[in-house]
Amino acid sequence: MEVTLKSGATDTVAASGAAARSKMSIRNLQFYYGKFHALKNVNLEIAEKKVTAFIGPSGCGKSTLLRVFNRMFELYPEQRADGEVMMDGDNVIRSKQDVALIRAKIGMVFQKPTPFPMTIYENIAFGVRLFENMTKAQLDERVEWALRKAALWNEVKDKLQQAGTSLSGGQQQRLCIARTIAVKPEVILFDEPCSALDPISTSKIEELIDELKQEYTVAIVTHNMQQAARVSDYTAYMYLGELLEFGETDQIFIKPKRKETEDYITGRFG
Amino acid sequence: MVTGDHTMQKYDVELEQIRSRILQMGGLAESQFKLAMEAFETADIDKADTAIASDRRLNDLQLELDVMVNQLIARRQPTAGDLRMVMGVAKTITDLERIGDEAAKIGRAVRWLKEKGGNFRMNRIPDLRQSGESAARLLHRSLDAFARLDGHAAASIIRDDAGIDDRFRATLRQLVTYMMEDPRSISSAIDTVWIAKAIERVGDHAKNISEHVIFIAHGTDVRHASPEEVERAVLRE
Repeated sequence: MEVTLKSGATDTVAASGAAARSKMSIRNLQFYYGKFHALKNVNLEIAEKKVTAFIGPSGCGKSTLLRVFNRMFELYPEQRADGEVMMDGDNVIRSKQDVALIRAKIGMVFQKPTPFPMTIYENIAFGVRLFENMTKAQLDERVEWALRKAALWNEVKDKLQQAGTSLSGGQQQRLCIARTIAVKPEVILFDEPCSALDPISTSKIEELIDELKQEYTVAIVTHNMQQAARVSDYTAYMYLGELLEFGETDQIFIKPKRKETEDYITGRFG
Repeated sequence: MVTGDHTMQKYDVELEQIRSRILQMGGLAESQFKLAMEAFETADIDKADTAIASDRRLNDLQLELDVMVNQLIARRQPTAGDLRMVMGVAKTITDLERIGDEAAKIGRAVRWLKEKGGNFRMNRIPDLRQSGESAARLLHRSLDAFARLDGHAAASIIRDDAGIDDRFRATLRQLVTYMMEDPRSISSAIDTVWIAKAIERVGDHAKNISEHVIFIAHGTDVRHASPEEVERAVLRE
């Protein structure tokens, strides 16, 4: 399915059009925390090898939506999703596939860096061993590949046997990204990946996201509007569990269609 | 355009300060241009000198507004309607400053014409007078459209600018005729060409300001578009 959105920043009298392929199709998605209706009929296409950002005030459902994409919500019995999250012809939320396999295909990076209490090397190798049988040499190669992809290799190559927790916050977050990449996902979900990081670490993660989209489909939840503007190709504005506006990031940040979106991104909210 | 208040009230105060300053700058540019045209029409050297001197005030305002715009961008990182307003303002500042330059040019040309002596008759060319009046009207209307962020009014200004361009060409033909008929008038005619050109440029700047108004109000960049396309873009909203 094609995401029918034009490329080109603002409206010009002669704007050219280009479309992106869809990686995930979200249709009629509902989500409930017990009786609370947290996502209301969300319909959306996540474009392949692009970055889609989700913005909106606290409690609008953007993190909830991300947690539905890889069935993270299933860890809690009172939470329930209805509708479709279609990827490769399969509805993720009703899929018979092993949920661990789904989460390997749709990886997630959280707000706070969550390295395992293991060495840097083992932080990466642990997940890979769950899904693939590899020789030591192959595993070494995969660990290096993932750390290089996450722009961390040069900083940790001489201390792979040190604890992952010994790294700085920004490095820990990149370690978590390396861990996610190591199992060769197709989609990477970022849930406020920089909110606990300083500006330099934030810039490194943002640059990394820009590189990752060459090979992966990325969805990111962020409270930092400028971050959404910097890193994403598409932006979705959510409010009270509804998707109010979705479009090209350049369009959303220069000429949003809805007043609610304009009020939020210009700081006229509440 | 957004009208509500920002959560951070100081942001509103800063935006309002920029808006009122640019309207003040617009008023000054308009009166400077009118004064320069009066100097030309009445061959009044004092008025010409005043028009030349008041350009300095516009230059100062340009610098002051640029600082305000830079600070607002650095502090607030404006988006959407705010971003379009700030970008529109930044461009309008330049147009207003250039209008001041054109008015000063007219003032200097009046001086040259006077200093050359002889009869000061170039100001009797009807097309030149009319284009001066049209340019002043367009400028007034564009500033009015800016104050009200009225895209529809701005679109009509863009259409009307073509009339000034036509009159400029008619003025040039008449000046060429003067020069061919009486070679002694060549020097004065050339000075008058500068004036005609300055008037035509003021019309262009008024048109530019109108384009910025449409960008701010409708989010559509109508530069380099035909008047018909501009009107369609405004009506689409």
